[in-house]
Amino acid sequence: MKLTIETTDAGQNRKSLSIIVSKGTLDWAYPPFILATTAAAMDMDATLFFTFYGLGLLKKKLDLEVSPLGNPAMKMPMAGMHLGMPNLVAALPGVTAGATAMMKNMIQKKGVATIEELREAAIESGVKLVACQMTMDLFEFRKEDMIEGVSFGGAATYLEQAVKADVNLFV
Amino acid sequence: MTDKTVDARGLNCPLPILRARKAMNEIPVGGTLEVLSTDPGSKADFAAFARQTGNELLSSEQAGDCYRYVLRRNG
Repeated sequence: MKLTIETTDAGQNRKSLSIIVSKGTLDWAYPPFILATTAAAMDMDATLFFTFYGLGLLKKKLDLEVSPLGNPAMKMPMAGMHLGMPNLVAALPGVTAGATAMMKNMIQKKGVATIEELREAAIESGVKLVACQMTMDLFEFRKEDMIEGVSFGGAATYLEQAVKADVNLFV
Repeated sequence: MTDKTVDARGLNCPLPILRARKAMNEIPVGGTLEVLSTDPGSKADFAAFARQTGNELLSSEQAGDCYRYVLRRNG
């Protein structure tokens, strides 16, 4: 009688997540990093593919901003209320910096992680970070400007990952 | 008595889960972990975390603004 040899397939049954990260503002940087770190915490493999404006999230020095311009859903605490900002005001010099400072202040006050912390946690927990090579060329980013541990690839690299992933998202 | 306690009070999503995961890797299989949180979303999240990872949620209680979870590391 032939004996069946059991092999450990811990890597085979793992669920996986992939996200295309296309936005690089302070607010939109959150969903991919939150989901990827949580997926890793839940024993899933996670891959983030950074393209276009999302690619800036892999730079060594992060300087993320958020703007109320063209974003009527962004209410800000003003005069004891939460109010949207008219575009004409939001377009003024300094308003983006002010809105960013206000958002960062709220992030700290509410115990929300910073993007730097979440990015660090992502790297620590083995989240795969892939930078879009085409965007690197298009925006003239240099590899030495990007953090360690990033790999570079294109559409085929992403799709190979996505086709076998259980959850695929575009942010 | 649990093997380890994570005080995640004052921290928001996803930090309580991330801190809990990290601490859980540091206790032996079969060991227990206590997590304290003030995040109201953590109630649903720790239940989901337990279901997905197979680590058992032994208890989930609330006292005022504070939530307390006890998890057993199963893998």
